[in-house]
Amino acid sequence: MTDQRSQAEIVRQSLKRRYRKERRFRAYGILAIAIALSALVVLFTDIIGKGYTGFTKTTITMEVNLDGEMMYLDDATDEKQMKMADFVEPLLQALIKQVPGATEENREAVRDLLNPYASNELREMLQANPDWLGTTQTLTVLAHTDVDVYAKHAGDSAYSIKLSERQQQWVDQLIEKGVVQTSFNDVFFTSGDSRDPSRAGILGAVVGSLLTMIVTLVLSFPIGVAAAIYLEEFAPQNKLTDFIEVNINNLAAVPSIIFGLLGLAVFINLFGMPRSVPVVGGLVLTLMTLPTIIISSRAAIKSVPPSIREAAEGIGASKMQVVLHHVLPLAMPGMLTGSIIGMAQALGETAPLLLIGMVAFIVDVPGGFFESATVLPVQVFLWAGSPELAFIERASAAIMVLLAFLVSMNALAIGLRKRLERRW
Amino acid sequence: MIKLKTALTTVALAGSIAAVSTPAMARETISIVGSSTVYPFATVVAERFGVNTDFPTPKLESTGSGGGLKLFCAGIGTQHPDITNASRRMKTSEYDLCQKNGVKEITEFRIGSDGIVIASSQDAENLDITLEQLFLALGKEVPSPDDETKLVANPYEKWSDIDSSLPNVAIRVMGPPPTSGTRDSFNELALQGGCEDLPAVANMSEDDMESVCQSVREDGAFIEAGENDNLIVQKLIDDSGLYGVFGYSFLEENSDRLQAATLNGMVPTAEAIAADEYPVARSLFFYVKKAHVGVVPGIAEYAEFFVSPSAMGKNGYLKDVGLIVPPRDALMELQDKASNMPSLTKEELM
Repeated sequence: MTDQRSQAEIVRQSLKRRYRKERRFRAYGILAIAIALSALVVLFTDIIGKGYTGFTKTTITMEVNLDGEMMYLDDATDEKQMKMADFVEPLLQALIKQVPGATEENREAVRDLLNPYASNELREMLQANPDWLGTTQTLTVLAHTDVDVYAKHAGDSAYSIKLSERQQQWVDQLIEKGVVQTSFNDVFFTSGDSRDPSRAGILGAVVGSLLTMIVTLVLSFPIGVAAAIYLEEFAPQNKLTDFIEVNINNLAAVPSIIFGLLGLAVFINLFGMPRSVPVVGGLVLTLMTLPTIIISSRAAIKSVPPSIREAAEGIGASKMQVVLHHVLPLAMPGMLTGSIIGMAQALGETAPLLLIGMVAFIVDVPGGFFESATVLPVQVFLWAGSPELAFIERASAAIMVLLAFLVSMNALAIGLRKRLERRW
Repeated sequence: MIKLKTALTTVALAGSIAAVSTPAMARETISIVGSSTVYPFATVVAERFGVNTDFPTPKLESTGSGGGLKLFCAGIGTQHPDITNASRRMKTSEYDLCQKNGVKEITEFRIGSDGIVIASSQDAENLDITLEQLFLALGKEVPSPDDETKLVANPYEKWSDIDSSLPNVAIRVMGPPPTSGTRDSFNELALQGGCEDLPAVANMSEDDMESVCQSVREDGAFIEAGENDNLIVQKLIDDSGLYGVFGYSFLEENSDRLQAATLNGMVPTAEAIAADEYPVARSLFFYVKKAHVGVVPGIAEYAEFFVSPSAMGKNGYLKDVGLIVPPRDALMELQDKASNMPSLTKEELM
């Protein structure tokens, strides 16, 4: 009796402490989540805060007199003449007219407001519309990068340093007049890399990523699934199978740069494949993704209940029929989810690609699996390393695009799982 | 039937693997590797070359001067690069490697100069330092403060330990890794320049002197960053006690946030570097593999494009990017070179 009472007493006494302990324990959990969340918030605000301006471009819209004499051009369909013609002068003259208080004497200063490639834009426009020659057209060309960053970051002295005070005043006036405008940056999505930030785009990198991912998917999915099916359904239970199993798990933990070294040694140095091409990138990423796919596919196969196999066997299905007709369709959602997550990982991978030369300045959008290409994360890496200030926002903008891809791939994986998942 | 199907699939699979492992050897795009210092200049040229000619835009990889020359000298054939950029001259050992691997004929282009600057955040105390003091700060073994003929492991911890006129902060300098041409030139021009005349090394053989003078301390005072010069700039801005070593063009790009140290009384300016008055100036190069001219289209045209007056002239676009362009006579010589493509000999490098 006394014993019991004292025990109840002990419990009662310790109750408060135990509650406190539990509350503390919960608080630790919430704290951990808060730290993770705040890190995420800081990351996103930093990237978005730096990068949202990357999605806008600054253009100059003005009336341009396409005078043949001024351009040394009398036939816009003649290729030779087009090559030699002066496309800067008409733009420059038009801009001088727009800039209040500017005269011929300020040529150089006014020219610095135009994009160095604006003349190429004009040439392309004239090539497309040869009958414009001799007329006056309202044209929109890109502004110089210095004008671009100045217009976007008004009041921030770090971004205006490249323009003289006079030029800054001009730009302010031109913005007021509506000659200099900022609009959605379509260039960013429709062109390849460039050394001029206002002409730089991610299309080349996106296509490169796509080509690389196609190679990776086409190789790693069938190989991974086949390996998983064999190991799970057909392989005899012996030391060798165990050894293979352990090594697949080990392979999943190998740092990705090792696969890059392997790719450099085997595909490039031994097989003599060219550097910087999506095929080699895809092969390297295949090696990296394979273990992920094999492991998740095996888990998916394992989760198919034995009753289904037994039922199929019971009505006389062969082993192969059991696998192809029953196990594989039921395991497919899990396999797909695993593959998509593996591909998302491969999409964000940079390290192995650095070694096989996919970190390069490539302007032309790649047209095939054997053409030099770079991928999105490497493009971010390259831009982050460029000295021009305007590349910082381009890099952040590219990160956002990459994140959007990754998030949508993961969402697809989750969606597939939710939709196709079967519960037994 | 199923057997036939499997056989067919096997054949198709084998075929596709074979197709993958024997890539088309022809290459349309010029492949350029090399120095991260020349990279910002070469990319501008490459891009303009792509826009203004009918050739595809060359592909550029930034591998560092040493890395680039190694790839360049690996052999003839389209899997090897056609052109390499370097922020120092090719070494005779590299020339020998090239010869050994069949890269017999190489044309050298000296495209201009670049200064190496020591810079810090504008919040930091600026350095006004002689090369000798710089060596004392960064050398691995330096003359002992008590006995200047004896070499000891570098004892200096603060700049002010070397000379009281220097800032009273710990010596922390961030610089490029040994694969970088910037580092080679920094070792050769800045460190050796400050060390050669010290009594402790005066009587040494040339090789010994070089190994003493060009050894950088490894106790954490010199921090090796990657080939990414922008990273160094970032770190300098965040940390006002840190000094960084990189090329002049990066200083120019970030002139609003960084300040340059005065070396031997000279402030790095474009004029001082071009005139060779600034003590740590070096030349930039690119090397063309002559065996690839005519195999990969556009190589000769690229070289001509690079040395054209519109690129490297007094008002050329490379000047806007920060290249310190060569004087007129040198440019004319370069243009001759681009049209004749004379081969480099080993004697020239010695």
